[in-house]
Amino acid sequence: MDLIIEGVVKAFHLLIALDPEVLGITFLSLMVSGTATIISLAIGISIGAIVALTSFPGKRIVVSLVNTGMGLPPVVVGLFVSIFLWRSGPLGFLGLLYTPTAIIIAQSIIATPIVMGITVGALQSLPASLRLQILALGATRIQMVWMLVKEARLPLMAGVMAGFGGVISEVGASIMVGGNVRGYTRVLTTATVMETGRGNFDVAIALSVLLLSFSLVINYALTLIQQRDRPR
Amino acid sequence: MMKQRGMRQSAAWLLAACAIVTASAASAAEKKGSTVILATTTSTQDSGLLDVLIPTFQKETGHFVKTISVGSGQAMAMGRKGEADVLLVHSPADEQKMVAEGFGVHRRLVMHNDFIVVGPASDPAKIKGAKSSKEALKLIAEAKPEAKALFLSRGDNSGTHSKEKGLWKAAGMNPEGQKWYQQTGLGMGETLSVASEKDGYTLTDRGTYLSLAKKKKLHLEILVQGEPLLLNVYHVIEVNPEKWPKVNAAGARAFADFMLSKETQGVIGRFGVDTFGAPLFFPDAGKKPESLGL
Repeated sequence: MDLIIEGVVKAFHLLIALDPEVLGITFLSLMVSGTATIISLAIGISIGAIVALTSFPGKRIVVSLVNTGMGLPPVVVGLFVSIFLWRSGPLGFLGLLYTPTAIIIAQSIIATPIVMGITVGALQSLPASLRLQILALGATRIQMVWMLVKEARLPLMAGVMAGFGGVISEVGASIMVGGNVRGYTRVLTTATVMETGRGNFDVAIALSVLLLSFSLVINYALTLIQQRDRPR
Repeated sequence: MMKQRGMRQSAAWLLAACAIVTASAASAAEKKGSTVILATTTSTQDSGLLDVLIPTFQKETGHFVKTISVGSGQAMAMGRKGEADVLLVHSPADEQKMVAEGFGVHRRLVMHNDFIVVGPASDPAKIKGAKSSKEALKLIAEAKPEAKALFLSRGDNSGTHSKEKGLWKAAGMNPEGQKWYQQTGLGMGETLSVASEKDGYTLTDRGTYLSLAKKKKLHLEILVQGEPLLLNVYHVIEVNPEKWPKVNAAGARAFADFMLSKETQGVIGRFGVDTFGAPLFFPDAGKKPESLGL
């Protein structure tokens, strides 16, 4: 019990003292996971909308694949991204392994199916007559899709939170493709694993507290945006 | 409408900012010199030695080091595929094989410490005072089931795991699949925690044990030590650039030379003295392995 209290106290010390290493790790975590979430939103919402609003043979299989992808294990993604980015791998010439960019790539792959799955679900749950109504009012197809996305923004915001929450807390892929290099690819989760291995439990707890606090603040902000726009 | 434009705009700004940060972080690393990928064991990282050495090397040479801390087995697998430039490892038999097969060059002795067998103070298999590690392992293997002796193995092809397998072989036993023999598949630090929690025995390098015993409040005591067979030697190996043209040979050589330089060897010899009262590693640059009793 003392250990947990010491850890929380240590967390405040590290924050108040603005420890440059901890700040760097925190900033990198937010930057990497934030970028990955934005990329996954762009891909997830656009493809998710296409899947939800068109009908084609094998659509159910595609939707099941997307839904399975929502539970994609980060270590599996980490392994395959590593293999592709190895010097001897197909994308080795890019020299991306053990860089922050590599973590962004892996995390985007993890978050995209989450956003896509929630997008498909959200758009399909809208009343079918809404589409006809929008088209009848003379909207183009693009305008129609945009209006539907706007209509489904409440569950879509949940998708943003689920995607971001999934990647900021993920450790398997980050350690495999990032390598936990000090001052370069060390993020909050990989640093926590390392400090635990080193027996620095107070620092590990401090990092966990930071991770939880930032998740809370960001999810609170997203919830505010979501609830503000609640349709009447 | 205004709100949405604001949101879209801020999203665009965020994306741009992220891109700039990524680009600048990447270029900061590239600017200073080349990037060296060092694949090494968990013990050098968990003990904190590399955190002392790497910043000095980066400042002196301008090379940027990416330390990938894995078991010796995985480190050598990375070297064999050309995914690392230089290795700092402690698995002599596998190292010799790697060099003989032409994947590694310039294997040089850096430092040593020793392996110890640790276990609970209650010592259910009564191995304390055993004449050799061989005898100790035999006592663990032949302990009565009601004594509940348990041996925790790393099971991760690390240097320590490879040493442990060698010791079982020397004792003429195969513990695989036995009830009293469990593999953690984790690094040394975690395996010590597991052994402590489960009142088990394990083989560890002295450096990791000393650096963690107090911090992790381990309920483990040193039970077997001080035998030539238990020596733990670390070598630096450069990955052969003739096999893998993408390997950063110059950076690898610079790092290897740095590890063997007089100043670094001095730092290695002093590391841990003020915290643990004894050095964790003994510098060995220029020595022949035979002089250590290998």
